[in-house]
Amino acid sequence: MGWFDLLKQGLKKTSQVLNTDIRDLFKQEGRLVDDAFLTELFAILVRTDMGAGPAGEIRDQVRTEFRGRVVHMQDVLGTVRAKVREQLQQPEEPIQFANSGPTIVVVVGVNGSGKTTSIAKLTHMFKQQGKSVLLGAGDTFRAAAVRQLTIWAERLGAEIVTGNEGSDPASVAHRAVSQALEKNVDVCIIDTAGRLQTQTNLMNELAKIRRVITKQIDGAPHEVLLVLDATAGQNAISQAKGFSDAAGCTGIVLAKLDGTAKGGVVIAIRKQFDLPVKYIGTGEKSEDLALFNADEFVKALFE
Amino acid sequence: MLRQFPKSKMFESLQNGLQSAWKSVRGKGKLTEANMREGLAIVEQSLLEADVSYSVVQDFMGRVQEQALGQKVMQALDPGQQLIGVVRDELINLLGPVDSSLHLKSDTTVLMLCGLQGSGKTTTCAKLARLLLDNNVQSMLVAADLQRPAAIEQLHVNGDKLGVPVYSEPGAKDPVVVCQNAVKKAKAEGVRVVILDTAGRLAIDQQLMDELSLIDKRVAPDQVYLVVDGMTGQDAVNSAKSFNEALELNGVIMTKLDGDARGGALLSVKHVTGVPIKFIGTGEHLDALEPFRPEGMAGRILGLGDTLALVDEVRKIVDEDERQKWEEQAKKGEFTLDDFKLQMEKVAKPGLMQKMLGLLPGAAQLQEAMAGADSAKEAKRFIGMVNSMTPQERRNPKVIDPQRRARIAQGAGVQAQEVNQLVKNYEIMKQMVTGMANAGMGDRMRMLNQLKDGALMNPGAKLIKAKVGTGKRLSTEEKQKMKKLRERELKKRKRGGG
Ligand SMILES: Nc1nc2c(ncn2[C@@H]2O[C@H](COP(=O)(O)OP(=O)(O)OP(=O)(O)O)[C@@H](O)[C@H]2O)c(=O)[nH]1
Ligand SMILES: Nc1nc2c(ncn2[C@@H]2O[C@H](COP(=O)(O)OP(=O)(O)OP(=O)(O)O)[C@@H](O)[C@H]2O)c(=O)[nH]1
Ligand SMILES: [Mg+2]
Ligand SMILES: [Mg+2]
Repeated sequence: MGWFDLLKQGLKKTSQVLNTDIRDLFKQEGRLVDDAFLTELFAILVRTDMGAGPAGEIRDQVRTEFRGRVVHMQDVLGTVRAKVREQLQQPEEPIQFANSGPTIVVVVGVNGSGKTTSIAKLTHMFKQQGKSVLLGAGDTFRAAAVRQLTIWAERLGAEIVTGNEGSDPASVAHRAVSQALEKNVDVCIIDTAGRLQTQTNLMNELAKIRRVITKQIDGAPHEVLLVLDATAGQNAISQAKGFSDAAGCTGIVLAKLDGTAKGGVVIAIRKQFDLPVKYIGTGEKSEDLALFNADEFVKALFE
Repeated sequence: MLRQFPKSKMFESLQNGLQSAWKSVRGKGKLTEANMREGLAIVEQSLLEADVSYSVVQDFMGRVQEQALGQKVMQALDPGQQLIGVVRDELINLLGPVDSSLHLKSDTTVLMLCGLQGSGKTTTCAKLARLLLDNNVQSMLVAADLQRPAAIEQLHVNGDKLGVPVYSEPGAKDPVVVCQNAVKKAKAEGVRVVILDTAGRLAIDQQLMDELSLIDKRVAPDQVYLVVDGMTGQDAVNSAKSFNEALELNGVIMTKLDGDARGGALLSVKHVTGVPIKFIGTGEHLDALEPFRPEGMAGRILGLGDTLALVDEVRKIVDEDERQKWEEQAKKGEFTLDDFKLQMEKVAKPGLMQKMLGLLPGAAQLQEAMAGADSAKEAKRFIGMVNSMTPQERRNPKVIDPQRRARIAQGAGVQAQEVNQLVKNYEIMKQMVTGMANAGMGDRMRMLNQLKDGALMNPGAKLIKAKVGTGKRLSTEEKQKMKKLRERELKKRKRGGG
């Protein structure tokens, strides 16, 4: 190692030291970690929708770690980001494809969260990957829901199986899966009607759809995606529980993240139910889907 | 055996938390900054968990503190109840005043609905048309969402269901023009109300917000309503503020309140817009639109459940005279097996139980616990048993000896054991009912909670099995407590309080 490198290393060490304690002493614009500071931090955290409980925990942690020190809010948030990122880390593989035969994906969620549009986006993505897609119009309840999915199918060049308004969604799902098997398509995505997790009958209906599919293909559905609206607050936790209990969710699509809402509630959900966010929705077009990226998510969290 | 279900955490923390925080203050002096601190922190936490926006919570807590400070802690109340009272009053105050009028003019009135994507605009447009139809007012729906696939069809399907005309221009590109044409047509035809269904949009989408402003300018709707999803979180302040700035809203409608969302965003929206809350949406069907009631919403946001709505719901099925007679009797401690039967008959109506439970805190868990219980069927067995009793037995079930028991069981086609269970059950219910009739609001609340915890709301098998299985009846202590409560309330009444 040459003397230049040694010098650099030495400087690095110094700056590392300065980065922590001693630097505080010289900070001009830094702030003392006092009650006012902690309250401000709490407000920033709560505004992400992560929930008052988790926000309080983080605040208390910061209080013990930084009490009486002079810091920059941005540095503290950086530490918080790193912790949250750790919690949200997940494997690369977003969709669990079937080993052979069609991969069956069921999409569930509360009313208006973005299910049908997310299906359009997933279809677009699968098509881009060169896969064939068949859609099952399992929302036989809402006005023109079938029409909405049909328009997307036409636009995106996917096949679609539909039923009459008011017909049994499980039978539509059954026919869709049958056709997927027959035609040996790569991915079959089933849309379902929006429902609130407190509606026992409708939740049982989801369980039935699931059972019907499992009977047709062992191990199917391969994915049950819960679509959450990023503007949702703490009720999303109840949604995650209700839908997971009834339909066995495997992952989350966090829709409408293109607005000003941060979607922080998924942090609590991840912690409580170990349900990973797989994709995010960033608009109303079929291209507006992205793989969930923990780094980018936490970066946007406190902006 | 009764399935265990978690109690509503929020309900617990607010009720119990406040109670324990303030045990020391009961009947002692005034509410001060120091002795309120812990209680206020619990209220603040509760509001945040209900999704009230942070800044709004801060403002609200300031007001509450101002109101509460210096209030004397009443002897009869525990300070927790007293603070809840202040909080509730202030919430009601802020959520109100009530104004569910659509302010129809003598000629054509134009209503415009706007809001974020998927909030429930199209459905709510149809619900308003249905409401008007119920009042014999002809309306016209206008499909001004040219963006979302099948948005126009969705409105048409709903309009067809109601028999309300829907104006749309297939292939149109400019919603401003569609709205202008529609209003022109409506005026020419003398249609009383035009309802514009606009596309969902983000408040930060400048282009689309400008489009909305343009409709506002060119069509000049008489009333502009913001439709807000009841599950909305902290962002509610931002979006409501932007919509209000772009349009000058006249009212707010909050949807999807049929679930277990606490709906705290409503306070945020009201706070930043200042406009009245008109209606709430409580289901996907087109009749699921209710005039806004601040009292119910306040309880809901606080996680206390909508006890008032519960009372309303029960009132709907028990007619007023009957109910008064009942309350009178119950106050005197009279509650016969016939009354029990009557109650059972009312409650045996399918679906009612679920609906009533939906109004209680922790409803989701409760419904889960109740799922599969055929309470209606079980209630029928009960009714059958009471029917095979003599009037004397109904008045005074103590006379039922083994012989009579066997006769009743045979008459109703049940096991003798079940008659025993019925009587035990009736006795518990009697305690509840007579206690309830004489209790104040706070005590009623507590009893309702007990009722819920014991799954006593289920008139059927669950209750019996639970009680028989453990051999548990009301303990002497519990009975004593109930009695004391009644006596205390009676005294209070005599004093003219209550
Ligand atoms: N800005 C934005 N809008 C979205 C996104 N995803 C969906 N939307 C919009 O949200 C609205 C509701 O979307 P849908 O896909 O119909 O929702 P859904 O869950 O299928 O609704 P129901 O079937 O009625 O329960 C539509 O206007 C969509 O265009 C997104 O990621 N960003
Ligand atoms: N449970 C429940 N669902 C509702 C309520 N109001 C609307 N919905 C449902 O919410 C979903 C979205 O409603 P829409 O009326 O399509 O919402 P929108 O605001 O017009 O949506 P966009 O036009 O895509 O922005 C549908 O599934 C409706 O059936 C309500 O009060 N309760
Ligand atoms: Mg849909
Ligand atoms: Mg719409």
